[in-house]
Amino acid sequence: MSAVARKEIAGYFKSPIAYVLIGVYILIMSIYIHPALKAGYGDFVDVLDDVGIFMIFIIPILTMRILAEDKKNGTEVLLLTSPTSLPKIVIGKFLATFTVFLVIVGISFVYPMVVVIFEGVITTQLVGAYIGFILLGAAFCSVGVFCSSLTENQIISAIISLVIMFSMWIADQYAATVGGMMGSIMEWMSVLTRYGVFTQGLLSLENIIFFLSFTALMLYMTIRVIERRRWVQG
Amino acid sequence: MIEIKNLVKHYGQVVAVNDISFKVKEGEILGFLGPNGAGKSTTMNIITGYLPSTSGTVEVDGYDITTHPEEVKKRIGYLPEQPPLYKEMTVTEYLSFVSDLKKAPKNKKKSELSDIMELVGLTDHRKRLIDNLSKGYRQRVGLAQALIGNPKVLILDEPTVGLDPKQIVEIRRVIKGLASDRTIILSTHILPEVSMICERVVIINKGQIAAEDTPDRLSNNLSKISKLNLTIKGDKDKVLKTLGNIPNVKYVTMTTKTEDLVYKYVLETKNNNDIREEIFFKMAESKMPILELKPSAATLEDIFISVVSNAGITQTEEE
Repeated sequence: MSAVARKEIAGYFKSPIAYVLIGVYILIMSIYIHPALKAGYGDFVDVLDDVGIFMIFIIPILTMRILAEDKKNGTEVLLLTSPTSLPKIVIGKFLATFTVFLVIVGISFVYPMVVVIFEGVITTQLVGAYIGFILLGAAFCSVGVFCSSLTENQIISAIISLVIMFSMWIADQYAATVGGMMGSIMEWMSVLTRYGVFTQGLLSLENIIFFLSFTALMLYMTIRVIERRRWVQG
Repeated sequence: MIEIKNLVKHYGQVVAVNDISFKVKEGEILGFLGPNGAGKSTTMNIITGYLPSTSGTVEVDGYDITTHPEEVKKRIGYLPEQPPLYKEMTVTEYLSFVSDLKKAPKNKKKSELSDIMELVGLTDHRKRLIDNLSKGYRQRVGLAQALIGNPKVLILDEPTVGLDPKQIVEIRRVIKGLASDRTIILSTHILPEVSMICERVVIINKGQIAAEDTPDRLSNNLSKISKLNLTIKGDKDKVLKTLGNIPNVKYVTMTTKTEDLVYKYVLETKNNNDIREEIFFKMAESKMPILELKPSAATLEDIFISVVSNAGITQTEEE
């Protein structure tokens, strides 16, 4: 793993931010899983479905500082004048946020494991949902990294990424209303529909490629934004 | 080692650097001088590959910054105006990160870092958070960062800024010590620093090179136009008349009155003639004793101001 990724991951875990986010996520999950368990209702996929939307709030907080802070503190100079290329730096930054996301998801995996142990079955829906959830997280982290490259203000960065993620989340609900070509684009872009396919236990190649190429596109755009700024401002 | 040809940088409509060319030989320390906003930092940012140039080329060790950026960046250690520090890290953590980032050899990392920290005087502070360090110590961390990976070229943007006088002397000594096997470009606005450290000076103003020479030759060129400071006792008008009648005197003016009948004068000679003896005898003859006679040597400040203000050297004010 690159020097940038290692440094950023260490940074997340040395500051309170990773722990706060993990704590918040586990709290939310516990709130949602409690009634499900009480009702003797063992399907964890629905819980994952419900808590997914909280990622729209957690990921922007995770990613908001990742590039904006370097720009604000002038450490961008250090990165860009080092013999590490810009794509490697951006990918390193992304991997750091994605790793923290994986840690959050990994810890929350305790809950479905409880269900699996007591119910004794692991369903394809559960595996699919987790794979989909991780791919969705990668796409969201890349949106966050991209937004962090746009500004040196972390709050603005977080708000922009929140808005983009929220639009992606609700796109399918409004696709029908909008209709026409725009409607079909919105439907195509809807992460919720695609994530839904995973929770049915279907690993469709199309959806996997969608999430991966979406992530790659976002990172590519991040690189372009930084390149462009080098040309425009001093 | 470093070759800059016809470098131009526009920020939108603003021309920050306008057709700059200069060379730095291996092992040389070049002083880069200029008033605020002259384009010093911009030029340095272009050489280090942080900013792209609008046109022109920069070559370091034979590699062009646009076509072989990584080769160039490997050879350069850069201390920007604002040291690029991660305040939430300790000194050791930070320098270790920079070492990884610069792809410095891993097996020698520990000894390299402790050598550098010893050199810049950070050993006692290595476990402290950068956030808790004073400005002078942060500047040292910035310098240490630039030294990691043993780069052949050092680009230092105002390295002694924010240091106390003792630290300034130390850091200058460090920089001079580093010069033995490195090429250094150093920007500063502290002029004595240039005469102390640098072998050659490039003065830039409004994005263009205004002067380029050794510090000694720059000040010699200026003091060729001999200028004398005199203090003479005697009637002011008579003194002025007597001095004015001496051949080869370009002009003479009274500057200040010190006591009764004692005035200070500034005199400039034509064609760099030495007329000090003539002045002495003439004044003795007229019974107007010279209390003080001192040739005024141009300091780097004079050169700087005259070059930068484009006002011409003759107008250099009295010290």
